[in-house]
Amino acid sequence: MEYIPNILFAILLIAGVGYFTKNVRKLTRNINLGKDVDRSDNKSERWKNMAMIALGQSKMVRRPIAGFLHVIVYVGFVIINIEVLEIIIDGLFGTHRIFTKVLPDSVYGFLIGTFEILAVLVLITVIIFWLRRNVIKLKRFLSAEMKGWPKSDGNIILYFEVVLMTLFLIMNATDVQFQDMNSGNIISKHIAGWFGSGDHLHTIERAAWWLHIAGILVFLNYLYYSKHLHILLAFPNTWYANLKPKGEFKNDANVTKEVMLMMDPNADPFAAPAEGEDEGEPEKFGASDVQDLNWVQLMNAYTCTECGRCTSECPANQTGKKLSPRKIMMDTRDRLEEVGKNIDANKGTFVDDGKALLNDYITPEELWACTSCNACVEACPVNIDPLSIIMEMRKYLVMEQSAAPSELNVMMGNIENNGAPWPYNQMDRLNWKDEN
Amino acid sequence: MKVPTMAEYMAEGKQPEVLFWVGCAGSFDDRAKKITKAFVKILNNAKVEFAVLGAEESCTGDPAKRAGNEFLFQMQAVTNIEVMNAYEVKKVVTACPHCFNTIKNEYPSLGGNYEVLHHTQFLKSLLDDGRLTIEGGNFKGKRITFHDPCYLGRANDVYEAPRELIRKLDVELVEMKNCRKKGLCCGAGGAQMFKDAEPGNKEVNIERTEQALEVKPDIIAAGCPFCNTMMTDGIKNKEKEDSIVVQDIAELIANAQDL
Repeated sequence: MEYIPNILFAILLIAGVGYFTKNVRKLTRNINLGKDVDRSDNKSERWKNMAMIALGQSKMVRRPIAGFLHVIVYVGFVIINIEVLEIIIDGLFGTHRIFTKVLPDSVYGFLIGTFEILAVLVLITVIIFWLRRNVIKLKRFLSAEMKGWPKSDGNIILYFEVVLMTLFLIMNATDVQFQDMNSGNIISKHIAGWFGSGDHLHTIERAAWWLHIAGILVFLNYLYYSKHLHILLAFPNTWYANLKPKGEFKNDANVTKEVMLMMDPNADPFAAPAEGEDEGEPEKFGASDVQDLNWVQLMNAYTCTECGRCTSECPANQTGKKLSPRKIMMDTRDRLEEVGKNIDANKGTFVDDGKALLNDYITPEELWACTSCNACVEACPVNIDPLSIIMEMRKYLVMEQSAAPSELNVMMGNIENNGAPWPYNQMDRLNWKDEN
Repeated sequence: MKVPTMAEYMAEGKQPEVLFWVGCAGSFDDRAKKITKAFVKILNNAKVEFAVLGAEESCTGDPAKRAGNEFLFQMQAVTNIEVMNAYEVKKVVTACPHCFNTIKNEYPSLGGNYEVLHHTQFLKSLLDDGRLTIEGGNFKGKRITFHDPCYLGRANDVYEAPRELIRKLDVELVEMKNCRKKGLCCGAGGAQMFKDAEPGNKEVNIERTEQALEVKPDIIAAGCPFCNTMMTDGIKNKEKEDSIVVQDIAELIANAQDL
């Protein structure tokens, strides 16, 4: 009988980690629905970017207030989770605060004291975050795409953190042994008095302890359904981010093949494919659905935590156009999830559902509002690239559907015929030399 | 105006120091042609051996690519690359950040490998080498704000060359609230220049012009023919054309020296 708590704990831990692992597999399966793209070059620069941008939060602090508050929660969250290690060992082996046996009281006290201070700082910060979202009403949290679930999601995460931090402090405050040790109870000693004294303290302590670890496991499993996935994906996302100049839009290799064939005077346009050469399906140009995007773009979508810095910097959005780069990322994730569920429901293969990312989620009006200025890419604290998705979808509209706005067709016709976007003769290109 | 072509250089069996890529706006747009001429005046004054492609130049394909027509872009690119490679071009300078970005970043994988400079970078290098001197002249003490072109700034991380040139004019360089990495687009990029804006409540160039007006400049300096047009339109819209001028950095330098 005395092992029941240990067994219960093990079951809880296995269930929590197991379900999370299952969802991580689903997540990687969905990301791998994207096309291949090679991002394995310049490893040292990639590690540096990850260290600076994800670990070091260098792009977060460009907005000092939000950046500073975020660093507190981030540091607090990462460091306080060291405590989880002790909780797991205690839970599995039925020990109590096992680290007090291995570490000198002063060291243990220093660690727990640090956690307690951080817990209070996180609590204060989370309250400020909640006020920013719900009372101060910052513009970027009020956009159309933030209504409903995205708004609730943002608040639920904050409530989780309040609950977890509070349980951690209560757990310490009601732990008689720990309070008697009087080392590291820097915050909890002030609230210990609220709980009185007596046997009920042990009950409260146990309840807080169990709820704390259960809460952490629930939060872990909440991630997959939430924008909060960024706490994990920010790292690979910054590692695999584009390192080339932001103005360079990748040249489509399939188009290059066709262009080179057209430019080759020796090529026979009517030639049958050589023996054994797979003619295959003609490649689709651009993207109308998530499977047409590359896996980094799909990972970008799961990484987005909907902070809206991209949208607030977007010139189109600032001037009232429908385009919001954040919505592009949210739509991509929502559609990818829908495709993933379709695959799950159909035993591993995608069955056409008559829907697509284009039109059902993202409208041409949004795509045509983009000035390709890269403000969204620059603004993203974790190097997400909404612009690349916009450009892939434009390519589909123009090359597969001939659905460019008519003025752009005129411009392209001019380039084709005169080598300039306006209807001037190429032979007149140097006329300016003799004009006054 | 002395403007030799690559064909003329080749006929003499010589290579110019640099190819000046004029671009479509610089060749045909009335406002942008003034920038082209100002830049040529500076080049001639600094005794730079340059040449243009003239009628052999064609659109780089930038607006086609940004509008989604990858095929047309690549056709333009390989045609231009063929011409430039035939002339054994090594170094290219252009006053258009869109041409600059395309030739520098998107031509190499199609076989066009050149050293590509924006005209502000090239002028900066002339200055560093002592081939160009810039004096304040007419602009001494004026308030100038610089509008970062997206395809020069964020797209290629060139922020300082244009500013260093402006500072040489003995002017007061004032920055808008959105500058450098946070610079606000003029509204013309991504092929928007050639279409009406999508429905909204304001034009992007008006938003940017308002940011410029906030710092009360005498001059708005530009480094892109399209930004130049958009900002000029914005100033006209605000009826400020009598008190504020929009000029390319090449024009500022040429005017300062009465070239």
